[in-house]
Amino acid sequence: MKGATTPSRKEVRFTGYGGQGMVVMGLILGRAAAVHDGKSATMTQSYGPEARGGASSTQCIISPSRIFYPYVIEPDVLVGMSQEGYDKHRLNIKPDGKLLYDEDLVTLSPEEKTKNIHSIPATRFAEELGRKIVANIVMLGFFCGLTDFVAEEAIRKAIEESVPKPTITLNIKAFDKGKSYALSLLEGSAAKAKS
Amino acid sequence: MGEERRVLTGEHFLTGDHACAEGGMAAGCMFFGGYPITPSTEIAERMSLRLPEVGGIFIQMEDEMASMNSILGAAWGGWKSMTCTSGPGFSLMMENLGLGIVLETPTVLVNIQRGGPSTGLPTLSGQADMMQAKWGSHGDYEIIALAPNSPQEIFDHTIKAFNLAEQYRTPVLVMSDESVGHMTEKVIIPPREELKLVPRNYTKKKPGEYLPFECGEDEIPEMVKAGDGYKIHITGLTHDKRGYPDISAEAQDWMVRHLMNKIQKNKKKIIEVERINMDDAEVVVVSYGISSRVAHRGMDLARKTGVKVGMLRLITVWPFPDYMIKELAERVKAFVTVELNFGQIALEVERYVAGKAKCYLVPHAGGDVHKPEDIAEAIKEAAK
Amino acid sequence: MNKPAAHLETAIVEQDTHPMADLLRMDRMPHIWCSGCGLGTGLTCFIMALKETGIPEDKVAVVSGIGCTGRVAGYLNLDSFHTTHGRGIPFATGLALANPDLRVVVYSGDGDLVAIGGNHFIHSARRNMDLMVVCVNNFTYGMTGGQAGPTTPISAKASTAPYGSYDYPFNIPYLAIASGATYVARWTSLHMRRLKNSMREALPKKGFRVIEIICPCPTAFARKNRLGSGLDLMKHYHDNSIIKHGADPREADIDMNGKVVCGTFLDIERPTFRDFQTENIAKQLGGE
Repeated sequence: MKGATTPSRKEVRFTGYGGQGMVVMGLILGRAAAVHDGKSATMTQSYGPEARGGASSTQCIISPSRIFYPYVIEPDVLVGMSQEGYDKHRLNIKPDGKLLYDEDLVTLSPEEKTKNIHSIPATRFAEELGRKIVANIVMLGFFCGLTDFVAEEAIRKAIEESVPKPTITLNIKAFDKGKSYALSLLEGSAAKAKS
Repeated sequence: MGEERRVLTGEHFLTGDHACAEGGMAAGCMFFGGYPITPSTEIAERMSLRLPEVGGIFIQMEDEMASMNSILGAAWGGWKSMTCTSGPGFSLMMENLGLGIVLETPTVLVNIQRGGPSTGLPTLSGQADMMQAKWGSHGDYEIIALAPNSPQEIFDHTIKAFNLAEQYRTPVLVMSDESVGHMTEKVIIPPREELKLVPRNYTKKKPGEYLPFECGEDEIPEMVKAGDGYKIHITGLTHDKRGYPDISAEAQDWMVRHLMNKIQKNKKKIIEVERINMDDAEVVVVSYGISSRVAHRGMDLARKTGVKVGMLRLITVWPFPDYMIKELAERVKAFVTVELNFGQIALEVERYVAGKAKCYLVPHAGGDVHKPEDIAEAIKEAAK
Repeated sequence: MNKPAAHLETAIVEQDTHPMADLLRMDRMPHIWCSGCGLGTGLTCFIMALKETGIPEDKVAVVSGIGCTGRVAGYLNLDSFHTTHGRGIPFATGLALANPDLRVVVYSGDGDLVAIGGNHFIHSARRNMDLMVVCVNNFTYGMTGGQAGPTTPISAKASTAPYGSYDYPFNIPYLAIASGATYVARWTSLHMRRLKNSMREALPKKGFRVIEIICPCPTAFARKNRLGSGLDLMKHYHDNSIIKHGADPREADIDMNGKVVCGTFLDIERPTFRDFQTENIAKQLGGE
């Protein structure tokens, strides 16, 4: 378990394409914060033709107090699971915000200026676990390893409550995979910093 | 399965639409007659799953005229009933919303507003049915309409709508919007015993003594249901206290005045608002539903620049809190109305400000929400 | 001054009450129906049929739409609902589903039930909703002065069809059967005994039951088409109706001067909307 989670308003945008489970990611993170971590959370998503196979985007606001304005102003974290989603939203990240992306699906712009950038082959890991469909949960584990917005235990509980029962074990494995990859990256960069 | 499934006590992470359905369930709804229409469909879907669990009935009717009538029939059959719709469906329900008002039938109609006119924007937000809610059915009448701004509120206010429907023997509208309907937030469903529910006000009078439209000072008649031996007759025609048609100017005067008075006389008991930052406010933002949450940020931005701005958030939109606006107009500089339309509630604000303060509108055609910066600008302009 | 003789006063006091006064709202008499109209005889049949079934009066509700027939709800001394134009069936649907102890009857006219309310009629038949529908067909909108309607025969004149109506009419038994009704009969208002028997037969049944009553409208339809008085129309029915139980409803079209096929076209059983609710859905939820 991590220590106390961040006390201020946090904004996250998940972006990918329809079928990748962007909405599920938002629902799990929001549910974890609101139901299991004593916070307020607001999840909104794009509807319409966008929700039918094209671009899919989910916003999640997490706050220790009542959330009035329910939309992302400038995200603390942008999660890119598709080139289109990344291209569309990459210029709108907080100055000290993070960019997380699937390295097999997104090629960074040569002009990318975000400082905190972390990549993971989430979809490839998911395929290795047997089901490409859990790439979103690998990414959520990765997100959890790199942020302290929501307590890890809360996210685990929310995953268990949100995915189909027979797939809980697989999804938890996917989450662990993403999280441990994040920790290994952090250790690697910490080691680099020391040396 | 049974009544133990009625109230899903606990903390949930729900969309506004699902929270609305759970509100109906918690309020004791037994009948839902509806026609699916985006973005309200998830309410119908949830009710189709939930009502059979408690022995209630979900029926997908052939259109919205049928839906509205079916919930009126179910109410006279003795059940609490509701329907939901949006845009074009709301227009189709207007005919028999009028019947519900004239028959003084307790029931609940939820409108998850989308962009219009016509088919408009099925999946995107709007708040341009607010005047239709008040004036959309032909003839003069008063209506109760609530405008929740979060999934928790749509849960709470669907229960409140059921309660008001019983208390005032009238259809009650929940005028939400796509943004709230499709937003997911924490919803706390209290234990069953903590819910404050208003049961139907069945008469204690015997058959022969009871008249379906007789009422006292409070203008609220008592209710019966079909099958209890009262042999009532009720009609959509102008009628007398017995419910018999009376096609005369005198009967019309009595009936319409009664329908108006029933709400107007009781409006101070009905109206609910939220006041934010109002202690020192020189500019008052008037808003409701999703716009109130966007305007909240506009207000914060303006406050940062030193403007003394507060918000009067309308929770009850109809009856309109005219007396609050009148009172505020005596002491504030300006009103800024923020809504996803080109000025509907803004007209009511202007009407009651009556020239005593400046009135601004931040309009929006719908399809998205306002930019908080635009609202802040309007507030700053109003403060000059 | 003009005081009647004592024996006349006595005679008035001792006058018998109407034999159906218990089921009529006598305080609403006289009714609005014209002399020679068939609505009264149909209503008489309904009251007789109801009495014969022994169904308690408190457990019957009548729902009407708008029009001359729509006034039936206002004259019957039962729980009665006079709704908006065409919407009797959906109102009755909610009423019947919320209160399964009630026998719900929708009593309305042809324009109300199969024009503006046509969609409700076919969908309610499709669902096999527990409703008995009495459709009084006078081929016109009588109350408002004789406009053409969904049953106006080809070439018949109407206030909105001064050159004759050239708009194919509905054949109501055919429509009802094709849509899924489980009991369908047609009589004219001449066939009082048979009509009453049909009503008595249909009242206790489940499912969507339709009884069409062909009814003279001397004031609007007959006058515009020079068909004579109500009595002349009764004579026309007498000479031109054919009783054919189980007839193919496709043969039941009505022309201006042709035959009127009457009888019980269909009397079957199939699960109703409520049967499915209780037997199918409740079972899935682990109920009875």
